[in-house]
Amino acid sequence: MEKNYHVCTGCSLLCDDIEVEAEKNKINKVHTACRIGVAHMKAGKEEAIFRVDNKPVDEATAISEAAAILKNAKNPMIFGLGASTNEAQKTAIELAKKINATLDDTSSFCLGSLVEALISEKIKTCTLDDVRNKADVIIFWGTDPSDSHPRHLSKYSYFPRGSEKQRGWEEERTAIAIDVRKSHTAKICGNYFFQIPPKGDAEFTDALIAGLSGKLPKTSYNYPPKKILELANILKGAKFGVIFVGRGLIYSLENLEPLFRLMKALNEKANFHLMPMVGNYNTMGFNENLFAETGYVNSVKFENGTVLHGPDYSIVEALKERTVDAALIVGSDPFSILPRSIVKNLLEIPVISIDPYETLTSRNSKVYINTAISGVEAGGSATRMDGKKVSFEPAIETNHPSDETILKKIMEAL
Amino acid sequence: MTNAMELYQMLPKTNCKKCGKTSCMAFAVALMARELKPEDCPPLMDEPKYKENYEKLSSIFKPSEGATETGLIVHEDLCFGCGNCVVACPPNVANDPYGVGSGNAPTNINKLVLTIEDGIVKAQNLGECRRFGKNKILCNGCIVTCPVEAIEFV
Repeated sequence: MEKNYHVCTGCSLLCDDIEVEAEKNKINKVHTACRIGVAHMKAGKEEAIFRVDNKPVDEATAISEAAAILKNAKNPMIFGLGASTNEAQKTAIELAKKINATLDDTSSFCLGSLVEALISEKIKTCTLDDVRNKADVIIFWGTDPSDSHPRHLSKYSYFPRGSEKQRGWEEERTAIAIDVRKSHTAKICGNYFFQIPPKGDAEFTDALIAGLSGKLPKTSYNYPPKKILELANILKGAKFGVIFVGRGLIYSLENLEPLFRLMKALNEKANFHLMPMVGNYNTMGFNENLFAETGYVNSVKFENGTVLHGPDYSIVEALKERTVDAALIVGSDPFSILPRSIVKNLLEIPVISIDPYETLTSRNSKVYINTAISGVEAGGSATRMDGKKVSFEPAIETNHPSDETILKKIMEAL
Repeated sequence: MTNAMELYQMLPKTNCKKCGKTSCMAFAVALMARELKPEDCPPLMDEPKYKENYEKLSSIFKPSEGATETGLIVHEDLCFGCGNCVVACPPNVANDPYGVGSGNAPTNINKLVLTIEDGIVKAQNLGECRRFGKNKILCNGCIVTCPVEAIEFV
């Protein structure tokens, strides 16, 4: 029986095996998806909402108001887009060029540096399907997929049978967690959980490299050398290893050098790949699209045909230095994810929020446009955390406009 | 999980055979296998000195009232639908190797013990569970793979 599967855009795993039961364009039941996915897919509202100054208006008013804000701004910023389709992202890049905007997404304070290294092929990576079919040693470093990407272990990295791993996780796979606390993932890894102190990652990396070449691994926090040597031995024997890197590791490192060193040492003895644990469903797509357009993955400013890049153009610095005078925020909630000391500067400038959900940002914005949820109410394509393109069709029909449509309309109004 | 020895400690240990078993140890094993109930031991019921032990025993077996035939209980408030148990469950893998066994959506739903519905694991077709029936074994595939202890056998 051929089934009609949908794609869940709840996180960057983009699970493509979701069945939904819908009636009268409302989703009643979701099969196979995790709780994040179910909440995401069921969140649709009946009527589209457009608001200016927190008062309901019609679509045309909201769009002309948004266009007026952007037109009057000398130095506008476009932020977010991690939860938008590739098509919407490309439109936003066009829009940014047109209005000479600063363009950034969440990766500037998440995994952007690592994604850039992967896109410019400085580190070996693989796809999630390779992981399912071949991986025998899996490391979760500074990440807890059980909470952030609930189906990561069950759909790809640990539990499923793959073409070259048919006897299952107990016999053929080793999952290792390296983290500062015993996360839910670490609990599954059991004895292969290595707890290190905060900011201890760089030292642990060097100790591990020493262990790989048979030297005595030393750390200032006296991590038992026997345990590091045991870990090094497991890694040496890996036929297809993969390291999933989360923000825990990236935040703790000053630069990516220790990670490059470790990957080099690992690939001298075994076969190791690296994958960033990207959060939003299409942050990877944004990084790729912007890289293709400008050569940078985030934090850019367009200025009459030229592209400027640097930390000054990231949302954090731009808000701290108050260099921007209007903000268009698409599918992101900086009021919830950024520190108050920085994000309070957003209150001083006009904000346009385009989001499928009501968020703290949407409530504090001058213009709020409620859009369709990708994969549920609107179709498009997105890039999974491993770089694979996934396209999807809407599961139900609604009158909600997609963010791509709204961005196009704003562009026309300009 | 209680074992037969712990149950035995709470029995009269007189080997009176009134329950039909040859010894109290045999009764404890039968209790463990849920073939008998604490009420099937006449001295435990009748003699006041065993009252406390009887209450302890019945409290151990009480949760099983809300449980399925194999004693499986899903704590729905804890489960977040990661599906680890669905993919790791041996009968699930045997009955649907290319579906749930490979981490994908179920294709043989009538033979699966565990599935995910609305983000929460649902137990069904318990006849397929390895803890069911006479030749059951104490499989713990779904328990050890759960990050939040949402599945329990009583």
